[in-house]
Amino acid sequence: MHLEVWQLEYLYFPGCTLKDKSGLEMEKTALKSAEYLGISMKEMEEWQCCGAVYPLAEDDLITLLSPSRTLYAAKEKAVVSLCSACHHVLKRTNERLATDKDARDKISYYLEEDYPGKTRVLHFLEVIRDEVGWEKLKEEVKMPLKGRSIGAYYGCMLLRPSQEMDFDNPEKPRIMEDFLEALGANVCHYPFRHKCCGAYLAVTEEGVMEEASQKVVNMALEAEVKELITACPLCRYNLEQSPAVKEGKIKISYFTEPLAEALGLQVQEGSK
Amino acid sequence: MIDSENVTSRIRNEIMERCDQDVNACIQCGRCTASCPVVPAMDLLPREIMLHLQNGTLQRVLDSKTPWICASCFSCAARCPRNLDISRVMEAVRVKLLRPRGAIVLSPGKLSREMLQKLPPQALVSGFRKFSK
Repeated sequence: MHLEVWQLEYLYFPGCTLKDKSGLEMEKTALKSAEYLGISMKEMEEWQCCGAVYPLAEDDLITLLSPSRTLYAAKEKAVVSLCSACHHVLKRTNERLATDKDARDKISYYLEEDYPGKTRVLHFLEVIRDEVGWEKLKEEVKMPLKGRSIGAYYGCMLLRPSQEMDFDNPEKPRIMEDFLEALGANVCHYPFRHKCCGAYLAVTEEGVMEEASQKVVNMALEAEVKELITACPLCRYNLEQSPAVKEGKIKISYFTEPLAEALGLQVQEGSK
Repeated sequence: MIDSENVTSRIRNEIMERCDQDVNACIQCGRCTASCPVVPAMDLLPREIMLHLQNGTLQRVLDSKTPWICASCFSCAARCPRNLDISRVMEAVRVKLLRPRGAIVLSPGKLSREMLQKLPPQALVSGFRKFSK
């Protein structure tokens, strides 16, 4: 541990994919970095999958149950996620419970518990920006990512709908670029950094997903990006289906991988 | 087939209630369509979906491939000058078709072993949440 005492305490919500081989790398590098930065990320007990997508139909209350359980369990503590989709679902469910009395009454009746509605739902990037700060992060960097041309890939879930997510400017976000700059990387700007990768169409319309994700990757290549960072396991999977990634022209990483690297932390393959 | 005016208006109201959006507020400017990343694969443009809902030509919407191509990225909603969330309209159409019939678009048996092994859990969970009720 880098700091003698924990400075910031949070409840950590992993979500389904962070425990799978496709997302484990994000969890390992994030937890190691958090520990080093003095952020306590205690994994929630008996958490369950958030549902991966926020139900958009007004009367689709049953799918709000599982993220509601997480919020109810956290009570007044802050819940932090790494996965964009988990963060999206938890944040919007929290907002719904706080503002839609009918939905809240029905869910409370089902769960037989009253929800104080005071849970703070945060993404790990927000914790670094708002509670650690870019200056402090910069000070902690031991191995700056000098000369590494890295671009930010935001995707959709962190940014939109911006009134509810309240994460960053939805058209001109900068949190990931500020993050990369603090790590000492050569930050690349390119169009399409907040365009959709095709999301769950990977399951039903693979071709449509591939076309959407290739557009993003090709835009990044044109701007001479060598590596893209993302906070979403599905974005990562979709972008990795592009020929340019398979040919090794560009790499897709979780944002926490260059973080751990810049902090000089060794994260062993396969370890936890 | 939708054959009476009453049925049309009932289904239209059902869709509007489920998405909590007033389709009549759409001014047909086409910003949703210009913002949509998957529009080339759609048979009706997002703007046309709104138009058919306004006009009550519902069968065109219910038969369209478009709601099944929408990736719920909310780009349309972010840019709509009337603050309409078209991705919620698409969801209401999907829900209307899925609820009475269940897994008409996606069922576990439709996925190959290879797909099940390579897709991250997030893809499977979101796919089933969107395409199976």
